[in-house]
Amino acid sequence: MDKRKLLMGNEAIARGLQENSCAIATSYPGTPASEILSSLAYFQQSREKSMHIQWAVNEKVAFEIAYAGSIAGLRTAVSMKQVGLNVASDPLMSAAYMGSKGGFIVISADDPGPHSSQTEQDSRLMAMMAMIPVLDPDSPRQAKDMVTLAYDLSEKFEIPVMLRPTTRVCHARQDIQLEDIHDFKRQADFKKNPTRWAATPKFRYHLHKELGKKLSAISAYPATAPVRLNSKTNSRRAIVVSGIAASHTKEVIKDLNLWEAIPIYQVLQPYPLHKQFISHLIETYDEVLVIEETTGVIEMQIADRHRVKGKLTQTVPEAGELLPEIIQEIVCGFVGIKSQPVLHPSASDRRPTLCAGCPHRASFFAIKKVVPKGILTSDIGCYTLGLNLGAVDTVLCMGAAISQAEGFYQAYKDEPKPPDIVATIGDSTFFHAGIPALIDAVVQKVPIVVVILDNRTTAMTGNQPTPATGIGVKGEPLETVDIEMLVRGCGVKFCHEVDPYEMNKLTLLLKQALAYSKNNGPSVLIARHPCLIDELQKNKLKRPIPVEVTNGCDGCGYCIDHFGCPALLLDENQKRIHIDALLCNQCGVCIQVCPKHSIKSRNKSIESKEDL
Amino acid sequence: MSQAMTHQIVISGVGGQGILFITRLLAEAAILKGMSVFTSETHGMAQRGGTVVSHLKIGNFYSPLIRPLSADGLLALKAENFDQHGYFLRKGAWIVVNSDYDLKPKYDGPLFSVNADHLARKIGNPKAVNLILLGFALGVIPKISEAKRGMFCSVEDIKTVLQNRRPKENMTTSAKEKLDASLKAIEAGYNFF
Ligand code: SF4
Ligand code: SF4
Repeated sequence: MDKRKLLMGNEAIARGLQENSCAIATSYPGTPASEILSSLAYFQQSREKSMHIQWAVNEKVAFEIAYAGSIAGLRTAVSMKQVGLNVASDPLMSAAYMGSKGGFIVISADDPGPHSSQTEQDSRLMAMMAMIPVLDPDSPRQAKDMVTLAYDLSEKFEIPVMLRPTTRVCHARQDIQLEDIHDFKRQADFKKNPTRWAATPKFRYHLHKELGKKLSAISAYPATAPVRLNSKTNSRRAIVVSGIAASHTKEVIKDLNLWEAIPIYQVLQPYPLHKQFISHLIETYDEVLVIEETTGVIEMQIADRHRVKGKLTQTVPEAGELLPEIIQEIVCGFVGIKSQPVLHPSASDRRPTLCAGCPHRASFFAIKKVVPKGILTSDIGCYTLGLNLGAVDTVLCMGAAISQAEGFYQAYKDEPKPPDIVATIGDSTFFHAGIPALIDAVVQKVPIVVVILDNRTTAMTGNQPTPATGIGVKGEPLETVDIEMLVRGCGVKFCHEVDPYEMNKLTLLLKQALAYSKNNGPSVLIARHPCLIDELQKNKLKRPIPVEVTNGCDGCGYCIDHFGCPALLLDENQKRIHIDALLCNQCGVCIQVCPKHSIKSRNKSIESKEDL
Repeated sequence: MSQAMTHQIVISGVGGQGILFITRLLAEAAILKGMSVFTSETHGMAQRGGTVVSHLKIGNFYSPLIRPLSADGLLALKAENFDQHGYFLRKGAWIVVNSDYDLKPKYDGPLFSVNADHLARKIGNPKAVNLILLGFALGVIPKISEAKRGMFCSVEDIKTVLQNRRPKENMTTSAKEKLDASLKAIEAGYNFF
């Protein structure tokens, strides 16, 4: 029977974890890695609950949970996006020294492009720094196979192994052969050994030496050695490929009819690069072209610099995604055949925007109204799109909204008229990395207003639960953590919850919060309204308010410029606003936005949510 | 690789139009017919109303991405996608586009357009623009001669895929209604020509 199924790369990795009896899998959501954990949960529904699956509050916590499982002898895995690995880098560096027991895979998904990340950083460099091996899959199918390979490698050498897919692997779908999944019983067996698991600096030196030995052995491990793809070819030149760039290159070479003309090697384990392979390249070829994403990790390890062409020689671009058409040009240049340069059209893509009816838009509108000239720091999430409304001045990394606000205050504090500072941060981001910053702001008595945009979910990455949701990845009920109590626990005395759809109330509270903060340190507003997409998916949109535009509208465009709901369309000819009935989610907030009161509820008695 | 056995199709539109859904239907139809398949899609910010494009490659390929000047067809859920993604098309490739105005003068290959938004409203399923356009494509593309390579699957294959998505036995009423609405949308597009 045809046991092929269409699987996304992330689903393929999840399936691989299941087929290999992974007992604990943890993660924090982040594109392009999020679906690994959610598909595990989805696959598991029909099975025995032998695997523990959970979203953790951040990547560091996720890592440490999975790692402990490993040293208790179980097969475990932690998955995240590449910048998440920055957050988990502290335990990563130490776990490499101490090593693992049960197979332990660190899945860090990179995002060359970047498509939806702050950086294009190459997780393989993190593997190099931590001194752990890393595998680089070229397709969903290989990603699944590499889970097996990674567990074998990890258990053989008692070392954490990184699996590094990239966006195109994570989000491609392919027909994949499924293997059986076996039910198993979790049998933890932690063997106490404080010299190793609680090593003092003195012993860490020995662990470091041991790690070096392991790596040296791994760079001769046959199962992960580079593969020669076309054995019959003979040339003074060769091409070395890895990851998704390998797939693109293979296709390009086939289409250019070069398969018989130039030797191609595919590296499965970019670090540590197999020693024999390095010698073989240097002994056999005059010139070696290395095509990999995103940094020249393989390239760097090939010692004879004169023979190597790649990122460091600018033969391959150092930034951005290596699209197949770019690879085609590089390959043509390397073998000396003409290629037509590819022209991409200049037509610009549509800018993403906050959804129609998104509660964040209402919050941003109110903030802009109250502090039109203030400094507005923000954070990572859907609400980064507040950029379009001029309500986001900075976005650095998870949790930075609050600490950056603090820094701006310190920078301006001796000015005669320091600016008002408002930080916006999502609920999930607040849990992830905002809390320490808030504590710091309280201790330093910094006069800022922090607006926690609480939409009860991690919207940007596909609506995963937050610690306040009280629901697990499989939909199971969990404990909840109350944001307001948490904020008060951090020492904040001014903390109010408000529904951003109630614009007047939010505006008033913002003014009060600002006034309070001037003498007392940070004040916090929790702007709480569930993510609309989440509600729509769950079919539980509450109290819709259908709206209409009346004759009072003169097409001044205020609502478009300052509020920018995509369902509001300006008809230049008629000098009037129209409402796109397909897009409108009937939040009714625009009623409160129009200064001429020309947008009205079709339900005459209702002016806004406040009248409900 | 043998040209006759491969198909490369670009499907594009904006977030929320269900691009990924029809890409999946086509991909599953390919598996149903015993072929290998790759799809690739943009995620993330694109879901917030930005441009979404997915690549569908049927047959023996290594890479999930389509290179410029290589696609056999473009399924455009917005007229503007034609300008944005036309560069993927090889010479003579087909275009099926959701548009309320005539795009023929802009393209010298086989081009078929339908106002799928209008049709969707007419059948009382305004969100089914994607399925209507897919149905329409399955209706018109076989009209291009086989030599120029048409579609790899039929409207019946897509219907089978839709029906196989959920086990028939314990289907809830709402799931049944959804399925019927989807089949109806496919039909409406298919019969439009
Ligand atoms: S709805 Fe109001 S704000 Fe918008 S254009 Fe009309 S009058 Fe101006
Ligand atoms: S009610 Fe107004 S603000 Fe809300 S979605 Fe509709 S047009 Fe946009």
